[in-house]
Amino acid sequence: MSTAPTTRTELPSEPEAGRRKLSTAKAMVEAISQQMHTDEQVFVMGEDVGSYGGIFSSTTGLLDEFGPERVIDTPISETAFIGLGIGAAVEGMRPVIELMFVDFFGVCMDQIYNHMAKIHYESGGNVRVPMVLMSATGGGYSDGAQHSQCLWGTFAHLPGMKVVVPSNPYDAKGLMTAAIRSDDPVIYLFHKGIMGLGWMKKNQRSIGAVPTDAYEVPIGKARVAREGSDVSIVTLSLSVHHSLDVAEKLAAEGIDVEVIDLRTVVPLDREAIVASVSKTGRLIVVDEDYQSFGLSGEVIATAAEAMPGGLKHVSRVAVPDVPIPYARDLEYAVLPTPARIEAAVRKAVAR
Amino acid sequence: MTVQSALSATDRLELLRMMVLIRTFEEAILREYHADKSPGFDIGAGLVPGEMHLAAGQEPVAAGIGAHLSLGDALTATHRPHHVAIAHGVDMRKMAAEIFGRETGLGRGRGGHMHLFDPEVHFSCSGIVAEGLPPALGQAFAFQRAGTDRVAVAVAGEGAANAGAFHESLNLAALWKLPVIFVIEDNDWGISVPRSASTSVPSNAVRAAGYGIPGTRVEDNAVEDIWAAVGEAVRRARAGEGPSLIEVHTLRLWGHFEGDAQGYRGDLEGVPGRDPIPTYQKHLTDAGILDDAAFAEMGAAASTRVEDAIAFAKSSPLPDPADALKYVFTEGAQS
Repeated sequence: MSTAPTTRTELPSEPEAGRRKLSTAKAMVEAISQQMHTDEQVFVMGEDVGSYGGIFSSTTGLLDEFGPERVIDTPISETAFIGLGIGAAVEGMRPVIELMFVDFFGVCMDQIYNHMAKIHYESGGNVRVPMVLMSATGGGYSDGAQHSQCLWGTFAHLPGMKVVVPSNPYDAKGLMTAAIRSDDPVIYLFHKGIMGLGWMKKNQRSIGAVPTDAYEVPIGKARVAREGSDVSIVTLSLSVHHSLDVAEKLAAEGIDVEVIDLRTVVPLDREAIVASVSKTGRLIVVDEDYQSFGLSGEVIATAAEAMPGGLKHVSRVAVPDVPIPYARDLEYAVLPTPARIEAAVRKAVAR
Repeated sequence: MTVQSALSATDRLELLRMMVLIRTFEEAILREYHADKSPGFDIGAGLVPGEMHLAAGQEPVAAGIGAHLSLGDALTATHRPHHVAIAHGVDMRKMAAEIFGRETGLGRGRGGHMHLFDPEVHFSCSGIVAEGLPPALGQAFAFQRAGTDRVAVAVAGEGAANAGAFHESLNLAALWKLPVIFVIEDNDWGISVPRSASTSVPSNAVRAAGYGIPGTRVEDNAVEDIWAAVGEAVRRARAGEGPSLIEVHTLRLWGHFEGDAQGYRGDLEGVPGRDPIPTYQKHLTDAGILDDAAFAEMGAAASTRVEDAIAFAKSSPLPDPADALKYVFTEGAQS
């Protein structure tokens, strides 16, 4: 492990955001860059992470800053380069590997779930795999069924991987810093719609205040994105933006929506879920992943186990169990849109 | 058998000694495995439950590799890992304890015989065919980036050479000149499917040409030829000349796993005559550097060491079921 000195100072966990604003993509890159300066064992590898800077700008500028020895373009061989990351991590390096679209996990999942995620357990804790596997998720721009999925529930279902899903620039930087420093394998899933890209529709929340110095957002800690008393929306990623928009709109009508941004799927902050639902008694899970057998059911089960009989309302707004359609109107018919979220809230609080 | 002039009498005796040690270990596991699975055969019963893939007959590959590696080099093995583990210096007591599912085992009983990890000697294995190759690339990458001359050896069966991970790994290793040695153990059988029904080329060594790296096939399970081929590949890797592929035509002396009746196997009758240990014993005896007493001494020493490991395993504590969730993550069980 490198102990190379850094000129940057270290902030405590979750410091004040300050006034400087960045896009989510730039916040991610800043976190990677700072950790690469601090620890020479950190390197970045993946398809088009070099001169292109990442198809969704997750590595922009890193090649110029650190050179091709540490920012490494790969052949289209996900099994080989993710496996390479695992072996390098076992030997003490801290790889940040990009899987371009999370939808591509099918060609390399054995390395991810049978190796990256299990080696620590199978070795009785004797072998650590401190690597980050970051990947772009989500739809909303007509990329079709093989380039629009979220799939965090798929990774979360399989033991041995932490799964973090930021929704904004502040969390994106803090979670990336925490992920790189973690001694466990971390899946870092960024929705394309939160990156603040110039070539894709974006919510105003894709740009936000980010501290300059390094800090961590603790893995496993949800955030109350908006306090409210009538109904709890438990959500993550781009759906946080939509949920906050709906909450602000309905506030004018006197409907007081609480929004919980999970930020991490594994380990799930069950306390935060139960605390919110205990207060409001009503739970809506908004999840851009597929509805059945996934995160939304897990969140509801968490609330039900903690407060059997204590729930006045439970529902979910997720992608019904269908491949993501191409045609715009079809796609938006299955995504958790603000309109669907608003309808769910109105139903939840109807007397 | 080609006699390699670079091999001293001591080296040759050491190759045989390693082969005998491995066979002694596999025979002891065979004995323990079947000791308490009757009546009938219950794969989940007894002190050593689960699938058991033993490597009897494949000892020359392990001995030929192990002779060239130091403890700082890495080795990734397959679902049939004991022979290369022993040859690479994995702690035999801890390995036996893992096979017996004990808290003192390499993985504290969480891994089992297909999932052995010994970070002291950079050893690991994977139960998934061909998928042990990519992590070996990463170990080699780390060694290369650290400016060392350490190497990684990735062992796989001939069935692995038809899997995508094999081809991705060879391309990437060649592209980046990683210090990796790919060793294919061709034991003729992918469980019950003969090589002739699975592989489009007579030798997987020719596939190396597709990646611009040297490919060698060693016939007849010849330990000294394996030693020579691995020696050259390791030299190349340490010198920064990149990866090599070696295929060894070896022998699966026993079933794919214990309990495999091998009804599909037409070559069984000739198998005992191809056992590499008596073959090499005779070779060294004929060369005048081994006599029966010395061979018996090798067996006795191996037996002492193996039985010590078995006894250690059997006397070790079982894991506490209350600790089943430990080690999912570094800080303990998940929420």
